Amino acid sequence: MKELRLMKGNEALAEAAIRAGVDAYFGYPITPQSEIIEYLMAEDTEKRTGMVVLQAESEVAAINMIYGAAGCGKKALTSSSGPGISLKQEGLSYIAGAELPCVVVNIVRGGPGLGTIQPSQSDYLQSVKGGGHGDYKLIVLAPATVQETVDYVKLAFELAFKYRNPVMILSDGIIGQMMEKVELFEQMPRSTKEYEWATTGKKPGKDHVIVTSLQLKPEEQEEVNLRLQAKYREVEKNEVMYEAYNIDDAEYLFVSFGSCARITQKAMEMAREKGYKVGQIRPQTLYPYPAEIINKLADQVKGVFTVEMNAGQMVEDVRLAVNGKVPVEHYGRFGGMIPSPDEILNAFEQKFIGG
Amino acid sequence: MAENLIKPENLVYEKSKSMTERELHYCPGCGHGTAHRMLAEAIDDLDIQGETIGIAPVGCSVLAYYYFDVDMLEAAHGRAPAVATGIKRVLPEKYVFTYQGDGDLAAIGTAETIHACNRGENILIVFINNGIYGMTGGQMAPTTLENMKSTTSPRGRDIKTMGNPLKISELVAELPGTYYATRHSVHTPANARKTKRAFKKALEYQKENKGTCLVEVVSNCPSNWKMTPAESNKWMEENMFPFYPLGDIKTPK
Repeated sequence: MKELRLMKGNEALAEAAIRAGVDAYFGYPITPQSEIIEYLMAEDTEKRTGMVVLQAESEVAAINMIYGAAGCGKKALTSSSGPGISLKQEGLSYIAGAELPCVVVNIVRGGPGLGTIQPSQSDYLQSVKGGGHGDYKLIVLAPATVQETVDYVKLAFELAFKYRNPVMILSDGIIGQMMEKVELFEQMPRSTKEYEWATTGKKPGKDHVIVTSLQLKPEEQEEVNLRLQAKYREVEKNEVMYEAYNIDDAEYLFVSFGSCARITQKAMEMAREKGYKVGQIRPQTLYPYPAEIINKLADQVKGVFTVEMNAGQMVEDVRLAVNGKVPVEHYGRFGGMIPSPDEILNAFEQKFIGG
Repeated sequence: MAENLIKPENLVYEKSKSMTERELHYCPGCGHGTAHRMLAEAIDDLDIQGETIGIAPVGCSVLAYYYFDVDMLEAAHGRAPAVATGIKRVLPEKYVFTYQGDGDLAAIGTAETIHACNRGENILIVFINNGIYGMTGGQMAPTTLENMKSTTSPRGRDIKTMGNPLKISELVAELPGTYYATRHSVHTPANARKTKRAFKKALEYQKENKGTCLVEVVSNCPSNWKMTPAESNKWMEENMFPFYPLGDIKTPK
């Protein structure tokens, strides 16, 4: 039976976490995502599903609580926004290095520094290129709607456990704060599965389990890195997701992700009305990146136009994908400003059609 | 003749079940090995090897996970009490301990230490205090005594510019969540036995969900104090113990 509700993005995400059978949430309040922990606390998850919810003393403590719970093979979730996510980077590097599954939500606000509480996409590079120290990757999912936010909570845990890797849901203040119609999936039971890599107490006749990201011998640390890289190649092969609009006859390609992609899509429709054959790719995974389709379309179109709520971050990946075949231009608003379809169309005409 | 003596009924000493076969990497004369052994014996005595999860710090005991034959995690520097919280909250029936040095617990991890104690997390915090950063080569620690020399206080710790040595066990003992805080040493057999009794007591309290238990072990660092093991123990008695007096700091009422 379909369960439709009108819900705020952050609250829908929290409800999805309960329904996905998440075992533990550890977090610290920060705007614009505090509704996530507030909702979880109000729902009394301990009673509903047995899910642990704890407000940590800091972002740093929260991500390390995640490390502990994830090390025990539990579904562990945390959420924050830019400044808090920066504080979590050390923990994320350890989690990636120790190959533990977890899900981290970033409801992005404008930066740098304390920045603003208004929406932004300026944490793209931090999310997809590393953020913390060492050669590691987060799998990064970018929802554009409240519905996708809900669906990605489930998907994120599937991917996290499939690859034993941290997964980030990179959303923003628009999606977190707006209300939309959303179809909720049914309550899933909390998993009782035991994993051989998890620290749940030494089993008789078995070796004790060690969760660590330390290898003192460089040869062994290189082995760890090679294993991680092989895993990332698998992720790149299997998990790319994107949506394509009007690409069959496209002469120009727009690329935009998350909430901004919805505004860009409107601009694309307006461009079509003016007679420009514009198509659009909306990456749903930012890592792995849908480079192949963009590279393919670069043979067909005259130019590629990225629109982001930042000063030009994803455009770097678009340029790598296009590989010099056609011009790539960027348009962005940042610091919490949201572009309008009109100004996107205007920027497109200026950059590609000529004043 | 000797063969006849090696019989189970003649056994007076054996390796703890909760320790692995791995050779310890600690410097000769360092207290870590004995502290490990006392904790392993406590785990053995309570027969909780399969129900215990330990957390190694960053510091000299970073490789403690090789030596304790229980499931172990290696935490980021100072974060062990947060990691322990995450574990204990999802596996409340297990025994969880952290094993941390003074730099890890009382400097970079101060916030995690205080808040875990303040929440009364049902964990055992083992705190090895040797007044110095051992692994990185003898830098000043939060616990370094006044006028004590280290590589970053080469003329001795100057309280005016470098701050005071931190009695973190007394500090966390003030918190309502801390159930049991006690200070011991492992430099003599009698002291080592007392330390073991404290570990056992703390683990028994954990079973009863009484709150956070902290067992501090004042220890030596012959390598970085630049002394022989015997000299370092003497120096510890004469200098460390007056400032960090052995005994219970907070006991159940």
